[in-house]
Amino acid sequence: MTYLDANATEPLRPEARAAVIAALDVAGNPASVHASGRAARRVLEQAREDIAARFGARPAQIVFTSGGTEADALAVHALGHGRRLIIGATEHDAIRAAAPEAAILPVDARGVADLAALETLLAAGPALLCLMLANNETGVIQPVAEAAALCRAHGAWLHVDAVQAGGRMAVDFAALGVTSLAISSHKLGGPAGAGALLLDDAVGIRPLITGGGQERGWRGGTPPVAVIAGFAAAATAPTVELAGLRDQIEAAAVACGAMVLGGGPRLSNTTCLALPGARAETQVIALDLAGVRVSAGAACSSGKVARSHVLAAMGAGALAGEAIRVSLPWNATPGDARAFADAYQAMAGRLARRAA
Amino acid sequence: MQRPNRPIYLDNQATTPCDPRVVQAMLPWFTERFGNPHSAEHAMGREAEAAVEAARAEVAALIGAEARELVLTSGATESNNIAIKGAARHALAVGNPRRRIVTVATEHKCVLESAADLAAEGFEPVILPVSPDGLLDPAVLEAALSVPTLLVSVMAVNNETGVIQNLAALSAVAHADGALFHSDAAQALGKIPVDVARDGIDLLSISGHKLYGPKGVGALYVRRRPRVRLAALFSGGGQERGLRSGTLPTPLIVGLGEACRIAGADLAADMARIANLRDRLLTTLRGALPDLIVNGSLSHRIAGNLNVTFPRSSAAALMRAAPELCVSTGSACSSAEIEPSYVLAALGLDAAAAARTLRFGIGRFTSAADIDMAAALLIDAHATTEPIEA
Repeated sequence: MTYLDANATEPLRPEARAAVIAALDVAGNPASVHASGRAARRVLEQAREDIAARFGARPAQIVFTSGGTEADALAVHALGHGRRLIIGATEHDAIRAAAPEAAILPVDARGVADLAALETLLAAGPALLCLMLANNETGVIQPVAEAAALCRAHGAWLHVDAVQAGGRMAVDFAALGVTSLAISSHKLGGPAGAGALLLDDAVGIRPLITGGGQERGWRGGTPPVAVIAGFAAAATAPTVELAGLRDQIEAAAVACGAMVLGGGPRLSNTTCLALPGARAETQVIALDLAGVRVSAGAACSSGKVARSHVLAAMGAGALAGEAIRVSLPWNATPGDARAFADAYQAMAGRLARRAA
Repeated sequence: MQRPNRPIYLDNQATTPCDPRVVQAMLPWFTERFGNPHSAEHAMGREAEAAVEAARAEVAALIGAEARELVLTSGATESNNIAIKGAARHALAVGNPRRRIVTVATEHKCVLESAADLAAEGFEPVILPVSPDGLLDPAVLEAALSVPTLLVSVMAVNNETGVIQNLAALSAVAHADGALFHSDAAQALGKIPVDVARDGIDLLSISGHKLYGPKGVGALYVRRRPRVRLAALFSGGGQERGLRSGTLPTPLIVGLGEACRIAGADLAADMARIANLRDRLLTTLRGALPDLIVNGSLSHRIAGNLNVTFPRSSAAALMRAAPELCVSTGSACSSAEIEPSYVLAALGLDAAAAARTLRFGIGRFTSAADIDMAAALLIDAHATTEPIEA
């Protein structure tokens, strides 16, 4: 089996697994003052320190959530209050659903946000811009630091969805100069069930989930200590360079007539491959039967394969329905790249014969 | 006296240890079976989806519901937020004129704060008092429903006193006036039988880590017939039929399902064994401290809870004198702040009595030796600590 759907979920890293299992033995509630509670709180606060250090934040700037979607929703709820909303055209559904009436910041054919258009949008008064660091379907990296400078110049706030970027490229909250930043545990090799919102101190507390006073009042509910311990262990694991394997995969697909969608700086693990004339769903099923797991876009409420708004925003036209997402996990091997190349070649050949 | 060589954990209402059977059930899903349950396009995703659905069925079976009536969440706090805010916001969106939200003074903070948050959105939260035994009188509820009421929220079991409310009687009162009935059952599942049909429940909140499952997972029961409609707290990928977006944490959900299966299978045996331990603790403490006061009804109470006010020593001094003992001086969530428990205040305790009060939470993994050691430590501590001003 060849797993190339890391942007849906990464395999659990061994250090994360060990941390989860060790922390499952720490039975207390971190809010309790007795010895068991203090032991749980130490695990929680150590994880907070590790994650803060890894992402260029201070521990007091971290709010643990149930995952990336909640972190994005919390950011829009807290930062967007009383501000105009602007979102990038290729944002994840977590942002699109949280800001359904937002102005859209267009992207070019590569999928990169148009900064000239951003200046115009920002001129209209206090705003919140939501701009993802790296796209889940194409891996395209946005010019977030430049956007942050523009936002500062216009008194706007900037929330960054770094769910796909975390663990796959350097992410430094302070250096980026953004107001908030969302990360997800299971997208960087930790267990599902935890995420974090990194928040500038200037943002006033405005929780989505209230009660209990946890996370300095930002998020009620007993934090999942074991999951968060695994999150921290995965977050502090070294980043894996996957560009070499990704390039082999792209070269093999292009040799079969595929086009690579998305340009400019990209995540080293992601490629979006369009095969003209072949429906995305057909490709995914064919590769699945050959033991290669990829996807046709975001893995959300799925079951359905919806037309990609990301590729549509890039002006991909009909190709938007003919593109698959190949995303390499941290443990991808040269064998995986070869297995993909073989399966893709066989599939493309079959589809070409059928069309002929 | 002989000191214990390890902590004695008697705080099972703050959180329970994960049952080893639950850990075993989760482990494979933390390793090779890591698919995203929403990746229905490939085999690994479908395998995870099947595991999630099997777990959902176990949760449903424990409360007499259908699997599709359960929305999986990050825990009971989130479930309570979705139930209360979701019911209110949906009602507002569809033009339902009812604005009153009725709940009880002894509810968990997340219920009280969810109701309070809604005041800013045009709703009228009404907080009902309880009797000195901790029970809500159905007549008090009925009087509050003189104004058309959208939702009544009454917890099944209190987290500090273990007092069990009569949900069937209270929900009947709520339904007679056309209100929805929500119950926070975080402290009830695995401790007493809960049946959504018998108890007349429209919305029920469930926690994983209060019933020997993992932290970070819970569920909300949402009645289908007649259908209860809610607005989502937040949106995104549209998982859980749009009510709760975000990738489902497969291992945690498998753990919740196994915890619910065990809770159903072991309920009678757990209840009997734990009741014996609780009675043993109470009898021993009372033997040495005849003026010990039990807070809240002893007859309408889960087997594992004992909430007692000591005759002379402060709870803080007792905990200092017996540091091996893991007990709580109040609700775990507010215990970082030193203030009298609002739950005990609602039962009529003054600040001085509340300061001499400890909560014991006896659980599945408590032994008779733990109980005997805890009682001995406390009796010794009570004899040696300075009395506080009454």
